Amino acid sequence: MPGKLKAKIVAGRHLPVMDRASDLTDAFVEVKFGNTTFKTDVCPKSLNPQWNSEWFKFEVDDEDLQDEPLQITVLDHDTYSANDAIGKVYIDIDPLLYSEAASVISGWFPIYDTIHGIRGEINVIVKVELFNDLNRFRQSSCGVKFFCTTCIPQCYRATLVHGFVEELVVNEDPEYQWIDRIRTPRASNEARQRLISLMSGELQRKIGLKVLEMGGNAVVGYLQCFDLEGESGLVVRAIGTACTLDKLSSGTPASNACNSPSKDGKEALPTSSSPPPFSPSKPCSRQSSSSDTDLSLTPKTGKNTWPRPSFPFSSLPSPTLHIGEFPFFTLTSFPPGFLLHVGGVVSARSVKLLDRIHNPDEPETRDAWWEEIRQEIKSHARALGCHAVVGYSESTSICEEVCILSASGTAAILNPRYMREGCLDIGCTDHRFEEPSPPNCGFCHIPYDELNMPFPAQLTYCYHCRRQKVPDVLFTTIDLPSEAAVAGKGCLIQARLCRLKKKAQGEANATAISNLLPFMEYELHTQLMNKLKLRSMNALFGLHIQISVGENMLLGLASATGVYLTALPAPGGIQIAGKTPGDLSSEHISSIQKRINDTIAVNKELYQINPPELAEEGVGSPIPEPRHRSRLFRSHSESSDELSELDLSHGKKDAFVLEIDDTDAVEDIHSLLIDAPPPTGFYSCNTENMPGISNWTSGVQMFTSVRVLRLSNANLTNQGLNKIFTDLCENLLKSFYFKLRSMIPCCLCHLNFTVAVPEEELIQVTVTAVAMTYDKEQTQEKTAEKPINKGSLEAEEQLQFPLELCADSSSSNIQTASKISEGRSRSLRSSRSFGGSSVTVVKMTPLSFLPGTRIIKYLGIINMFFIRETTSLREEGGVSGFLHSFIAEVFAMVRAHVAALGGNAVVSYSMKECVFMENPNKNQAQCLINVSGDAVICISETDQESSASTANTGQTGGSETDGAT
Amino acid sequence: MSVELDVFVGNTTIMDEEVYQLWLDGYTVNDAVKVRMEGGVMDECEASKDVLLSDTMDQYRTFQMCERLLHSPAKLANQLLFQIPPHRQIMLIERYYAFDDTFVREVLGKKLSKGTKKDLDDISAKTSVTLKSCRRQFDNFKRVFKVVEELKGPLVENIRQHFLLSDKLARDYAAIVFFANNRFETGKRKLQYLSFQDFAFCAGQLISNWTVGAVDNMVEDMDEHAFQTLPSLRGKTKVFIEMEGSFKNLSRGLINIAAKLTNTKDVRDFFIDLVEKFIEPCRSDRWSAADMKLYLTHYTNSAHILDTFKHQVVWDRYMGVVKSCIFKMYHD
Repeated sequence: MPGKLKAKIVAGRHLPVMDRASDLTDAFVEVKFGNTTFKTDVCPKSLNPQWNSEWFKFEVDDEDLQDEPLQITVLDHDTYSANDAIGKVYIDIDPLLYSEAASVISGWFPIYDTIHGIRGEINVIVKVELFNDLNRFRQSSCGVKFFCTTCIPQCYRATLVHGFVEELVVNEDPEYQWIDRIRTPRASNEARQRLISLMSGELQRKIGLKVLEMGGNAVVGYLQCFDLEGESGLVVRAIGTACTLDKLSSGTPASNACNSPSKDGKEALPTSSSPPPFSPSKPCSRQSSSSDTDLSLTPKTGKNTWPRPSFPFSSLPSPTLHIGEFPFFTLTSFPPGFLLHVGGVVSARSVKLLDRIHNPDEPETRDAWWEEIRQEIKSHARALGCHAVVGYSESTSICEEVCILSASGTAAILNPRYMREGCLDIGCTDHRFEEPSPPNCGFCHIPYDELNMPFPAQLTYCYHCRRQKVPDVLFTTIDLPSEAAVAGKGCLIQARLCRLKKKAQGEANATAISNLLPFMEYELHTQLMNKLKLRSMNALFGLHIQISVGENMLLGLASATGVYLTALPAPGGIQIAGKTPGDLSSEHISSIQKRINDTIAVNKELYQINPPELAEEGVGSPIPEPRHRSRLFRSHSESSDELSELDLSHGKKDAFVLEIDDTDAVEDIHSLLIDAPPPTGFYSCNTENMPGISNWTSGVQMFTSVRVLRLSNANLTNQGLNKIFTDLCENLLKSFYFKLRSMIPCCLCHLNFTVAVPEEELIQVTVTAVAMTYDKEQTQEKTAEKPINKGSLEAEEQLQFPLELCADSSSSNIQTASKISEGRSRSLRSSRSFGGSSVTVVKMTPLSFLPGTRIIKYLGIINMFFIRETTSLREEGGVSGFLHSFIAEVFAMVRAHVAALGGNAVVSYSMKECVFMENPNKNQAQCLINVSGDAVICISETDQESSASTANTGQTGGSETDGAT
Repeated sequence: MSVELDVFVGNTTIMDEEVYQLWLDGYTVNDAVKVRMEGGVMDECEASKDVLLSDTMDQYRTFQMCERLLHSPAKLANQLLFQIPPHRQIMLIERYYAFDDTFVREVLGKKLSKGTKKDLDDISAKTSVTLKSCRRQFDNFKRVFKVVEELKGPLVENIRQHFLLSDKLARDYAAIVFFANNRFETGKRKLQYLSFQDFAFCAGQLISNWTVGAVDNMVEDMDEHAFQTLPSLRGKTKVFIEMEGSFKNLSRGLINIAAKLTNTKDVRDFFIDLVEKFIEPCRSDRWSAADMKLYLTHYTNSAHILDTFKHQVVWDRYMGVVKSCIFKMYHD
């Protein structure tokens, strides 16, 4: 009996009128945890009841504490008939289970009803008393911290990174055909919400157990997803990176306590260079044609060649040898010095037919599917000469009984100093590591063996250090390393693609999809590459390719942030050619060529790409050596995916000579040029850091936008669809720019597009991003003065790890922080008045930081799932009105939970799921939303300094402390 | 191909003041888009008409959702659904409760009933304020009236506290409520030249000097007791008025008005009486405003000379208000 949960119901406010006769409500509250229920007294005839209940005590196992949410139901008492439910509040008590997070949950929570939305608020206090449990075989994993953040959280130091953790749980979906079923909607929606809440709790606990087993104490980059498989059930799965984190004492700004790319790191390297267990001369044990879309479950031969990781420190106890099986990291940004080399994007997809999950306790098939995909990813990484995959993520797309499983990441070589021994195949180090490479270009250097490359590639000596070889284009799924040297600014680059598909059932459908996938991947890559060239950039970060399946089409959307890495060679241009040299339309071709060259020139100006190499390399002239380019392109399509077969057939052509042989090609080129640059004053990216901008000011606006397009024209061609889809994305961006124009100069960061095909003729695009203001003057100054050193300058400012303010950046920081400090007095728990009028301001951002502030405490993970349904769609303002209020309600509930934990911000916020279904004929609609993030307390950087000094005086003498406080 | 659904929700609620005003003024989405296009907002950020339409729809929806909260502005500060910075909240409330002087002039002194609401389309046509906006303004008047009706204490302060309005707006609402409650006649042709601000000023004078609520509790009715004494003046007027004929008439007029204040029904005619019995005669004699001031000042003071006059306090209280009202109302 290791835990006591206590809850107190204080008051309600703004309750809805439940009794029409009196225009009042007789409210009471049921508090339920597990199978125990308590009730408050009825507070008669009030819309603002004061219950002030006793403490309701639940004595429970900590296993239950992790799994179950506290359920609070507000009801209207009715003497003669059944009591009417007003709404519910689910409180996840997980943040109370580890000592460093929140100690109490207390505040106003919106009372939520799946049909009516938010109906008033309730004030609740929740506490947990945990008793020490020395049972070794316990099933709980209390104390393991979870972070959605995909970098080492601020105010923590990673002493060890243990590696990949994954888990999935399955269950029957309480309701999978909502519209046709006879049932009370409220009951089944609530059953679903409760079940998913329970499953997430269970999943988190199980992952926690794995982490404890590995000897870690935290999961970073925790990514949890739902697969609503319909009839075959409900899958909740999660992946993350197990770490051992040390809390940095809040008083001391840990300037160098955390991972500087310190000397000892480099010195430690040679010690780890034990004989490579896997000869670098034969890295290509990978199967040449990895049929990722194969339906069969038979394991491929290729993956068996992966050797067991070696353990150079075999003397150390390593009880969890199997951890090394997947050297994957869900992190996307790393401490300086952690990432040694980056190979390129690795990805794998697989099409599966869903079948009923017969035994939910043994979800073997689903596990096997993912296992298969992960093995494939691993072998791709191995082929690139890398021992790890970073920026790793997994996703699914389901339509009827067909499911596409996708995984992608970036092959990389990591510094073994931060690894748990045995977690990585660190023996892989070779001669190249012996001389330390400069931090701002080292990660660009190729990890594979130059003489025995896994694919033909064009290599040049690094433009930065001139010592190591680099590829000429680099695609990755991670964030731009803070130490990287870049020229100019980055920008969002998207490739969009629609492919029609015949309607089919079962196996035939799956085969059709499998056959389409490689073509889609190929085309997306071509688009990305062309658009990258068009912007005169040479690297992509944060690449995320989503392929979404519908009944009669497939949608592909690739988003990434393009940047010019000064270590890589300058990109060539794009050359247009007719089918035959003496083509009649040569005039036409030359005009297109001119447009392309003009666009490149304009983009260079726009993104301020003026690398010092510009003059000597003669980048301005379009494409000096076309043949090179083709080879290079091929290399990348292959490095980033498994397109080898296709590639061979395509290899004869020149990838960067675009041939105009029919009208389709002309349209392709037009669509290339159609991407409008953001209006003046705006930049955009989909990564954590905006390359080239670091002097953020305090303006932050997180937003979610959803757009659904109905294709009324039944006879659409692929081309027509592409155009529609591209316009949809472009128009969304234009809308954002317009709406946020008051924030100029500003940057849209972490633009996360999600596409779906909810019905046959519908395309849904959901975007979550944050707009942040920056100081324009300073940026220009910096670019003008030191174009090369800028990268390292930024590195100092953009560190996710707290550093003491450097002298030159402090002025801007102070200026920006002042605005935040205003809000702060209101936002901190101490000043929050009980039932008072002011509401805590809670900022939200998909990034891991808030500009001008420092996170002093992580209060726990926020992972919430809501369903909203209506049977009066028209009355609620149609589908837009319905979804608008639902999204606003979700935001409100997230903010309320964070405020109740004592926090004032959510970082690494994301909307994982937004499933919208409608039936306008029946005047009905339903929507499911899943959001997650990290609740934090952050304070402005100036405040931090003063509080630090207060702490110092506190240490020096008692009398001074009195004065200071 | 059509956009089936299109929403944009910010963590901090995004509101454009211009669009808010268009919404308040009762423009439809399409009309609002037209107005915005003409306003040149398209040039910013290379927006297209679709972008503008989508933005306007989003904002209109936001305002519609906020409207419920604006009905009891105190809720806006502690609701959780919208995160709106405090200064924006103030703006939202202030604008929502703002009204058109031309519109309020039409309903001033009328009963805030369903019957009046039915006539709003006529008023809308007459004032060229959109019907939607008329309804909002009318409902605002009614809502404020209903809330303060049951409250004790000073009227202006109650309005300000319950509706979080600025001092100026709270005073205007106090005037509207006061007029509606006492059903002052303002619609007669002879009164048409008076603006709402003229009436609001007079109402302010009346409220602060003639209502009990101005001092301590009840807002409602005129201080009847005080005015009971005024009729006794009637007999005594002849004593101190030994001036020219017109003066005598004017004086009699003022005294009669004072006498009528005891009767609630006659109170309604206060303004029409002032115009008929005093302002019009003066105007036909082409008095200047300065003449008027001089006359009223001397007239008020002359009462003090009379030894027999025992109601000095009431007299001052009466004349003080009448004097300032007449000053305000004496214009073309």
